[in-house]
Amino acid sequence: MIRWLRRQRSLADYTLAALARRRGKNLALVAIYAVVVFFVASAMFFAAALRSESTAVLADAPEIVVQRLVLGRQDLIGAEAIDKVAAIRGVTDVKGRLWGYFYDRINGANYTVMVPDDPEMIPEPRSVIVGEGIPRARGFTWKGSPLFLSRETGDLKKFRISRTFGTDSALMTADLVLMNEADFRDFFGIAPGFYTDVVARVRNPQEVAKIVEKAGYAMPEMRFVTRNDIIRTYQKVFDWREGLLAALAGAALLAFAIFAAEKASGLSAEEAREIGILKAIGWDTRDVISMKLWEGGLVSLGAFLLGAVTAYLHVFFFGGTLFAPVLKGWAVIYPEFDLSPHIDGLQLTTLALLTTVPYIAATLVPIWRAASADPDAIMR
Amino acid sequence: MSLRIERRSGPVFAALAILAAGFAAEIGHALASRPATQARLAEEARLVRVLGLTDIALFTEARYTRHPSQADLNTPFQDHPLAFDHFPSGSLMPAPDLPTSGRMGFSEEEFAK
Repeated sequence: MIRWLRRQRSLADYTLAALARRRGKNLALVAIYAVVVFFVASAMFFAAALRSESTAVLADAPEIVVQRLVLGRQDLIGAEAIDKVAAIRGVTDVKGRLWGYFYDRINGANYTVMVPDDPEMIPEPRSVIVGEGIPRARGFTWKGSPLFLSRETGDLKKFRISRTFGTDSALMTADLVLMNEADFRDFFGIAPGFYTDVVARVRNPQEVAKIVEKAGYAMPEMRFVTRNDIIRTYQKVFDWREGLLAALAGAALLAFAIFAAEKASGLSAEEAREIGILKAIGWDTRDVISMKLWEGGLVSLGAFLLGAVTAYLHVFFFGGTLFAPVLKGWAVIYPEFDLSPHIDGLQLTTLALLTTVPYIAATLVPIWRAASADPDAIMR
Repeated sequence: MSLRIERRSGPVFAALAILAAGFAAEIGHALASRPATQARLAEEARLVRVLGLTDIALFTEARYTRHPSQADLNTPFQDHPLAFDHFPSGSLMPAPDLPTSGRMGFSEEEFAK
């Protein structure tokens, strides 16, 4: 065993000496390789963290949302719909909800304004609870700044900010403004008895599909969005986004594959001569192959570790600085949140195999041919 | 005179070991921060339940990017027929994937009436 280890160590020494002869080229190779791994791994960590957070959190989304459609667009829904939905067997806890968007002309941001239903969360009259993005978008410099909102000329309203959601929940609450019902109806001019949509809970979650089907017959003008639809939408969003990233990363991988194949398989005359000499002084084919395995292994393992370690630091310690512009670039208001570390073991293994195996194969295959040939023929 | 072999593998193996340790430390970090993450997510999930939130606030510029799961089905033609998607995040945010649960108004008996 010790003998074997010594042999391997010597082979590694020899390989490194051979690599050092073309130091610049090989260092550049490891660097580019590591950058490719860094990008793919960053995208993977980012997407996995976002996906795990949103699926965990959205598992508590409303079971059924009922929307009234007029001309293909969502319209206000009358209070009578609440009774109609409540009359369906198996449905419990039906409520009309008030929420909507407010476009802030001062800074061009869009806020989501909601009336909470939980007594604990209902703000006092002329008070609001806001997400962490709103003070930032408005540029509040001191604690206790009131929030002035205006829809049209002459209706400027002053709201006291009674509470601000922290960055801990920013992914869900960054742009929220919570108002009480009276303030909401007054500010947006919504007549009593009208709601944005209706939410319902279902006694037995297994029955959701059946209930939605029944409700669809009874109220064909309504659209029903179930919790499953919400989760499916996000599944699709993340698949789509990861697909986009994978397509970009795929191009990078392909470019790298060409580079590596070029470097590894375009066996230079010098390398062929080296193998010839090694064989002439007594190395057998197995030794040459082990030497090349060491070369491929050292380069790809080093690059993989370097890329994966820096990608993790990038995403979870530096807030994904390189991707942030893509996520934050267009909207005025965006959540400022730290992603919680999440590693998907399967993904990471796939990445490791996808990056190291082809490279090792690309170094080995051409050498195999040269190493099994007659030294005299190669050197000539 | 003793024969000294220059060992190049020493420093390289050391560097690889440091990187591997860093990698292991990251996995450890991800595992160690799990309880804190879980507590934070539980609090966030409570907010989602209490407020009835349906979507994540990543892209706030349009209603079909802020609330993709609640968006109109005519999302791509948001502003007028044949309107181009106005916001770049539309390319990161596909149209909602909602099955249609409606039906054409009447049954055979209703028609016979």
